[in-house]
Amino acid sequence: MNWHGVFERNSMILLIGILIMVSIGGLVQLAPLFYLENTIEEVEGVRPYTPLELMGRRLYVREGCYVCHSQMVRPLRDEVERYGHYSLAAESMYDHPFQWGSKRTGPDLARVGGKYSDEWHRDHFANPRDVVPESVMPPYAFLADAELELNELETIMGTHRIVGVPYNDEMIEAAQSDIAAQLDPFSPDYDAFQARYPGAVMRDFDGDPDRVTELDAMIAYLQALGTMVDFDEYEADAPENLR
Amino acid sequence: MDVFLQLAILVGCAFYAVIAVAQAGDSGMAIHGWFFLILFVAWIVGICMRYGFGAPVWDQTRYEDGIIKWGVFATAFWGVAGFLVGLVIALQLAFPNLFYFEQFGWTNFGRLRPLHTSAVIFAFGGNALIATSFYVVQRTTRARLAGGLWPWFVFWGFNLFIVIAATGYLLGITQSKEYAEPEWYADLWLTIVWVVYLLVFLGTLWKRKERHIYVANWFYLAFIVTIAMLHIVNNLAIPVSFTSSTSVIVWAGVQDALTQWWYGHNAVGFFLTAGFLGIMYYFIPKRAERPVYSYRLSIVHFWTLIFIYIWAGPHHLHYTALPEWAQTLGMVFSVMLWMPSWGGMINGLMTLSGAWDKLRTDPVIRMMVVSVAFYGMSTFEGPVMSVRAVNSLSHYTDWTIGHVHSGALGWVGYISFGALYCLTQWLWKRRRLYSYALVEWHFWISTLGILLYITSMWVSGIMQGLMWRAYNEFGFLEYSFVESVEATHPYYVIRAIGGGMFLIGALIMCYNLWRTARGDLRAAEGDVAEADARPAAAPAE
Repeated sequence: MNWHGVFERNSMILLIGILIMVSIGGLVQLAPLFYLENTIEEVEGVRPYTPLELMGRRLYVREGCYVCHSQMVRPLRDEVERYGHYSLAAESMYDHPFQWGSKRTGPDLARVGGKYSDEWHRDHFANPRDVVPESVMPPYAFLADAELELNELETIMGTHRIVGVPYNDEMIEAAQSDIAAQLDPFSPDYDAFQARYPGAVMRDFDGDPDRVTELDAMIAYLQALGTMVDFDEYEADAPENLR
Repeated sequence: MDVFLQLAILVGCAFYAVIAVAQAGDSGMAIHGWFFLILFVAWIVGICMRYGFGAPVWDQTRYEDGIIKWGVFATAFWGVAGFLVGLVIALQLAFPNLFYFEQFGWTNFGRLRPLHTSAVIFAFGGNALIATSFYVVQRTTRARLAGGLWPWFVFWGFNLFIVIAATGYLLGITQSKEYAEPEWYADLWLTIVWVVYLLVFLGTLWKRKERHIYVANWFYLAFIVTIAMLHIVNNLAIPVSFTSSTSVIVWAGVQDALTQWWYGHNAVGFFLTAGFLGIMYYFIPKRAERPVYSYRLSIVHFWTLIFIYIWAGPHHLHYTALPEWAQTLGMVFSVMLWMPSWGGMINGLMTLSGAWDKLRTDPVIRMMVVSVAFYGMSTFEGPVMSVRAVNSLSHYTDWTIGHVHSGALGWVGYISFGALYCLTQWLWKRRRLYSYALVEWHFWISTLGILLYITSMWVSGIMQGLMWRAYNEFGFLEYSFVESVEATHPYYVIRAIGGGMFLIGALIMCYNLWRTARGDLRAAEGDVAEADARPAAAPAE
């Protein structure tokens, strides 16, 4: 093993050797994901989050929900029966960062949207054991009291646009009013809002129409999860969708 | 004139902190801005005071050991802190009604778990790695640490990063990428510190008085450069504004997932494995007074380990929306990884050949050998779990948590404890530790704790996996999800007991280290140096 002496006597050759060895695997695995067209399937319905959902998603991140809840239904019989259609790559294509998670101390949330009523979520957040006695989830009663912090809303959306989420000028200009619009099913902006965010649920999520709380945003986000793709239309077995 | 550059960096950061306080974009940055301001000003004042009493002289004929003493203290402190938070969150899952406080939302599991993982991996593990790498690189090159004041910049800078990260989690400042949760400004700061760390390490190698670079340093070097690469790529983000605590990661969805687990698995591979193998390659031979078992094996397993580890990330994403070719690549390389891992284990264990009696007489050696045994066990378990069929059962369950902790408590914890015992005795120049009996207590309490921890998580994890996929005779799912939560309760209690025992062991260690540093010798054990305690090689009567 005399050849190895070169590495042991020259720190920079050792360093370069290490760099080459640790670069190969990452390049082979990561780089193709960005140019292979079949990495993300083409589906109808996936849209950017509404401003309220986006802020709710930030709360989901802030509270570390991902440490106990996955958002990734695997194509296994029991998971599909328990949670719904397995998750598609397209469904998280606007997620910066992704929230697939790695642990299910609580159930998967990829398709939780529409599964429970807003009232259920309110009670559950206030104290999970009031509705699910065996639950080990922390209480999040403070969400209902906290005003939603909105002073960075436009810049947050603008930054998402820089990294590739298709928010247009109109969406960013209307961001603040879209928060109010989504919380009011009789909003005068109903049609414009629906044109910007097709299919978004519009109602007062936290049961307190006078205030915009963190609970509004959180429930809005959860109620949108997994609902964007219409799986009656999606052909999972079509050749272009097999990966 | 290094000190002026260092002061310029610190003043620049303090200046940024003033702007951040004045223009804070959100409530998180408003608090963190004040935090920075206080810490950076304190640091600047500290440097000025030290130089005010005359510039320190860096005596090139002596080793820089002061910083390593600080490192020993920081490692022990953060270890206890991290284990304590781990115990708290284990108790939260076991007794949610007792350990959640409605009025203190920041103590909820979701915020404390990143605090626990970062505290044990980066604060405890990171300080252990920095301290031991500084010790080892000096001894094996016979040169003083390069850079004068800069090693101190690395130490304080890294610990400042820890404090920013930890307080951030409690404030809800996180980018939610596991083991890479700190936000953009903490990431930038760590990048600066890490580059300085690399330069200090390389600079010391450059002025070495030994012709060859010792094997432990290969591992430390691989750890330092690879972590830099992983950290930068995984954390690429655009801040919402320069005075906001929020940023948006440039990667999305499936690409972000693979980038994250490329990072995440190699945080294990290079932070928790390569770095700690560096510790193994110095402290076990030194303590056992035996040469490393095989030079050839160390070369083969070094290059194969670092080459193969990088490929293993996708096994965290089996059956997800990640394309199957990537999953398969990850699985194949994970199984292959078994071999270089065991190469390291064999090299560490067999170093004891000719000195196996020390397992009986020296509990510190025993701790480090058991550490390598745990390394072997968890690097066998890992490839098994990376097989898709096994992973379909184990993924998302407590089995993963058990696997992680056999590596973290057994391997990383024990090799670090061994190094701490050695370093305290050697740096404070004591003839022996304060008490070997207390090391025995530490060893046995912790080992029992680890066994309770990992066996309870195995049972609970496999049970969860089986319950989730169980069908009744009518072809319906047999259990609701919450029934699996209910069933885990006894195992969560056992796990908390195991974690508590591990914490108690660490506290015993801290007491022992403190008394050793003070120069005390426990009277009941006699004033015998360990070398004298070994039976002399006398012919049998």
